[in-house]
Amino acid sequence: MKRLFLAVAFFALLVALWEGLYRMKVWSPVLLPSPGQVVKYLESAAADRSLFNAIVITMWRLVIGYLIGLIIGLPLGLLTARWKVLGDTIGTLSLGLQTLPSVCWVPLALLWFGQTEAAMLFVVIMGTLWSVIIATDTGVRNVPPIYRRAALTMGSKRLHMWFKVILPAALPFIVSGMKQGWAFAWRSLMAAEIFVTILTGFGLGQLLHYGRELNAMEQVIGIMIVIVVIGLLADKIFFSPIERFLHRRWGTSQA
Amino acid sequence: MHLHGHHLSSATEELQVIAPSKLTVENVSKSFQSASGPVLALDRVSVNVAEAEFVCLVGASGCGKTTLLNIIAGLEKPDSGTVLADGKPVTGPGRERLVMFQEPALFPWLDVFGNILFALKLKPNLTNKDRREVAKYYLELVGLSRFQHANIHELSGGMKQRVSLARALAPNPRMLLMDEPFAALDALTREQLYGDIQEIWKARRKTIVFVTHNVREAACLGDRVLLFSPHPGRVQAEFVIDLPRPRDINSVDLAAHSTRITQALKSVGKAGANAAK
Repeated sequence: MKRLFLAVAFFALLVALWEGLYRMKVWSPVLLPSPGQVVKYLESAAADRSLFNAIVITMWRLVIGYLIGLIIGLPLGLLTARWKVLGDTIGTLSLGLQTLPSVCWVPLALLWFGQTEAAMLFVVIMGTLWSVIIATDTGVRNVPPIYRRAALTMGSKRLHMWFKVILPAALPFIVSGMKQGWAFAWRSLMAAEIFVTILTGFGLGQLLHYGRELNAMEQVIGIMIVIVVIGLLADKIFFSPIERFLHRRWGTSQA
Repeated sequence: MHLHGHHLSSATEELQVIAPSKLTVENVSKSFQSASGPVLALDRVSVNVAEAEFVCLVGASGCGKTTLLNIIAGLEKPDSGTVLADGKPVTGPGRERLVMFQEPALFPWLDVFGNILFALKLKPNLTNKDRREVAKYYLELVGLSRFQHANIHELSGGMKQRVSLARALAPNPRMLLMDEPFAALDALTREQLYGDIQEIWKARRKTIVFVTHNVREAACLGDRVLLFSPHPGRVQAEFVIDLPRPRDINSVDLAAHSTRITQALKSVGKAGANAAK
């Protein structure tokens, strides 16, 4: 309760500071709208459903692309950890591509897929995939051999060993890889949406882009706030509970 | 109703004391590649363990006693020689010979109860209800019923080894293989566990092969103590400990036995040092 109060007070202070700067007229109101103007924009965007539609479109791209990335990345990570040949080939490739900022996939995706949903999904998948592969691979390699040996004596083998021993043992690594993958996917999708207008749907990135074109700073800031809030919510709703569980079970310190 | 009755009897059946295993190790050799060339960890080692016998393997570190235990467990393969459990060759790990390791090797993603259930879930022909019943029985046997839902990291070293013991006992193996299970514990906890393991051994009638470098511990627990010499690993001497049970590690009679073994161990060490020259 105390922590919640502190957080609320902190954000209230930030808004007050912003309002203060606005009233002091240090910058032109075109460049720095007041918090009230931003709220008004968000209200109107909510009322004409453009905000809601953009959120749905962006989240759909993000979630589908992310899930595909996980579905491909998790098994690939297991395979690269298990077979040396795959580790030396796909593993090395993943390591290399992971260092590539995921925004760099945008031009390639546009040339390959044109201005389509496929291009958006491709960018999100490329953002997710490599960190998930690397994290799963690292996680599996870091499973203490004693777990495997103990499980072997109890009669665990093959699929049971993978699903009941190696995967759960690697879980802390895999979850941190999933979280990183999510962050990369989110960033690359925003970049793609800002650069490219795709007629099948206007996402949050496009609203941001049009905000700039129309010199509507309250729209730019409003959408940025929405993006931040979505990121926070995804973390608090999805990742935090998993991480809390891991910390509690493993006894690692609460980060 | 019939089905229900059948399940109940199956849990009871599962908890019955079953015939312990007989172990025959014949001429087992094993070498490893090290930086300075091949090392003969075991050189034609033969060991016989009778049903329900408690045999301790002692020796300095590097004498091959843990390697032998791993071979008996089926976790490693010998270069030559055979291991027979009840006359059948050991070809791989199996739950009739369960291992308790020096580090507790408990799974941190499961709670205490989940760890004990792990091995039971791999045992076919049991209902989940039976499995839970069996797990509860062993949890009580090691005195940790109150910690059923505790996370592994919340347990002390001694409690972890108790859970390991319960996990190893739960599938009702015919033989227990213990690899210095108490080495990392404090003296007080160890002494409690000496008492407990003797009681459990008596109650559950298991054949036990116990590896340790602690001579007193070996004399306290073993019916027989086999002394290993290193480079190459061989059984150097055998001591029969005919003291009544339960034994107290601090008793004078026990000290007499452990002194005898320690002296033999020292002469082995000297011989080894001379041979190295």
